[in-house]
Amino acid sequence: MAKLELRGIRKEFGEVTALEGLSLEVGSGEFVSLLGPSGCGKTTALRIVAGFERPTGGELLVNDQDVTHVPANRRNMGMVFQAYSLFPNMTAKQNVEFGLRVRGADRAERHRRASELLELVGLSARADRYPHQLSGGQQQRVALARALAIQPAVLLLDEPLSALDAKVRVQLREEIKRIQTQLGITTLYVTHDQEEALSVSDRVVVMSEGRLEQVGVPADIYRNPRTPFVAEFVGTMNRFDGRVEGPDAVAIGSTGTRIPVLEPHGRGVGEPVLVLIRPESVGLEELPNGAAPAGGLMEATVLLHTFLGAVTRMGLESPVGTLIADLPSVRALTLSPGTRVGIRIDPSGVRLLSP
Amino acid sequence: MAAVTVEPSAAVAAARRRRPSFWAVFWLVMAALYFLVPLYSMVQFSLEVAPHRYGFHWYAQIFADPLFRSSFLLSLRLAIETMLIGLVLMVPTVYWVHLRLPKLRPVMDMVAILPFVVPPVALVVGLSGVFTVAPWLLGSSQILALVYVILALPFTYRSLDAGMRAIDVRTLTEAAQSVGAPWWKTLFFVIMPNIRTAMLGAAFLTLAIVMGEYTISSLLLFNTFAVYIYYIGNTEAYQAAALAIISFVLTWGAMMGLFFLSRRTGAAGPAGVAVTR
Ligand SMILES: Nc1ncnc2c1ncn2[C@@H]1O[C@H](COP(=O)(O)OP(=O)(O)OP(=O)(O)O)[C@@H](O)[C@H]1O
Ligand SMILES: [Mg+2]
Repeated sequence: MAKLELRGIRKEFGEVTALEGLSLEVGSGEFVSLLGPSGCGKTTALRIVAGFERPTGGELLVNDQDVTHVPANRRNMGMVFQAYSLFPNMTAKQNVEFGLRVRGADRAERHRRASELLELVGLSARADRYPHQLSGGQQQRVALARALAIQPAVLLLDEPLSALDAKVRVQLREEIKRIQTQLGITTLYVTHDQEEALSVSDRVVVMSEGRLEQVGVPADIYRNPRTPFVAEFVGTMNRFDGRVEGPDAVAIGSTGTRIPVLEPHGRGVGEPVLVLIRPESVGLEELPNGAAPAGGLMEATVLLHTFLGAVTRMGLESPVGTLIADLPSVRALTLSPGTRVGIRIDPSGVRLLSP
Repeated sequence: MAAVTVEPSAAVAAARRRRPSFWAVFWLVMAALYFLVPLYSMVQFSLEVAPHRYGFHWYAQIFADPLFRSSFLLSLRLAIETMLIGLVLMVPTVYWVHLRLPKLRPVMDMVAILPFVVPPVALVVGLSGVFTVAPWLLGSSQILALVYVILALPFTYRSLDAGMRAIDVRTLTEAAQSVGAPWWKTLFFVIMPNIRTAMLGAAFLTLAIVMGEYTISSLLLFNTFAVYIYYIGNTEAYQAAALAIISFVLTWGAMMGLFFLSRRTGAAGPAGVAVTR
């Protein structure tokens, strides 16, 4: 059980600044994800924690001890890599045992621990297979068992599921979460997949261009993005430039369409704001033939449907521009493209940010 | 559905395996003849004791010659030394370049070709400089092993470089480090078992080069196997043919020995070998 702390970690590769002073605390037994687009520095951050890369500034602490200059093989951190990293010359069991072997654990102890871990990842029956005889998902399970065998202080995973197909990905991420919870191991998980990050993490760290954008529990990150970047990167957002009309309303678009707001924002009338609306907060009502929309409704035309399973994503042409709405698929069926509809925006789904 | 599409193609492949095409067989036979005809006529020639009388007379004479045994053993010893020095020197070097200095690889490629470019005669002349620094090397056949390491460098380097390119050196190293292995344990238990074929290839080529090297050893006045073959070839035509066959068999024997030795020692061999077993 260990606490991990990054203090102002910086990393430059020549001209490129990969990390601009990253500070983060991961509590004992906590599962924290680094989420961000390609090239934002997630892998670099993880590799610095693992000791494969030296930071150009800042400190790294494990249980309040400075480990910034401790070599990777003495840090006691288990790592699961994106690419298949199993030792091709060893069986699954020998892979799992390797860490114990280099530590000089005796044969019985090694055997006991390896069996235990292969059992934990559900691969007892494949213990004597070589990596090339295992599927991608199975290889990553073995890699996880190998990382856990040394009872690491911290478990590090760098996009461990990105090479797997969708179904295995979901299955394995739930399994990783189950094992992490069961062992109570401090975990730092890197992914660019927001759904993955939101579904397994205790807290999510959204990163962009080497900087930390927002840290929070998944629901908070999703519901209350604090920067335009987070709002756009996590989930889908309708985004408009607007102006404050009062404590409970803003106006958007050239038409000045009024949008009700619930959250207390404390901004003065006339102040420019960024108005963000989640697609699930956009409600549609069918308009009786030729009728104008009743009070509080904005008129729009259905452009297209994208079927996503339980919900259908609708593209709408409205006076304020294109708008995206998520509707239960059963309802969406009745609104074919070309249909005129009234739009009602749920004020609890409207977020305001400074532009 | 998948089974249906797979089955016919598998059947076609099987049919292809059963009946190789005419041209494939033709070229295979041509290539085989190219090697086998001279070999056959040489064997026949070496067995001819008198016109139309065959026996192992010339072979017996070669084996009875004490120079044969001493020169062969000298070359074999030099080959083994060269192999060991070459691998001990180059395996960690190539590993390090792949791991830490990948930008240096083009430079390494260039340096590794140098022994090709420098003619052996120039190499020998250059050696005189070594003798002034380390006079105790003068007259010792050990000097040859050191020169041969340089001669075999392009082959050793290329073979090892290809071997390391085929595995993900960096990820494997980091995976080993993360579970606590220091660099030398990583090299020994993780990297080397996975480049065994490459190491074996380097060793074979070194063996072949050293067993056949003539220019340098004759210029430095050492009676290596190649020098002995040249000497016999200039003096005894029949014995020369017998000797050529013997050297052929012995060199192949040494290679096979190396091959089986490496298989035995690496019980947990790389995946490719495990499959063919
Ligand atoms: N060894 C290196 N040399 C030079 N630049 C590097 C090196 N490693 C990373 N970078 C740069 O640092 C930045 C961050 O890279 P990093 O690999 O951490 O991104 P990432 O968030 O993991 O992206 P991805 O999702 O694509 O894996 C990038 O601009 C990258 O080009
Ligand atoms: Mg990455």
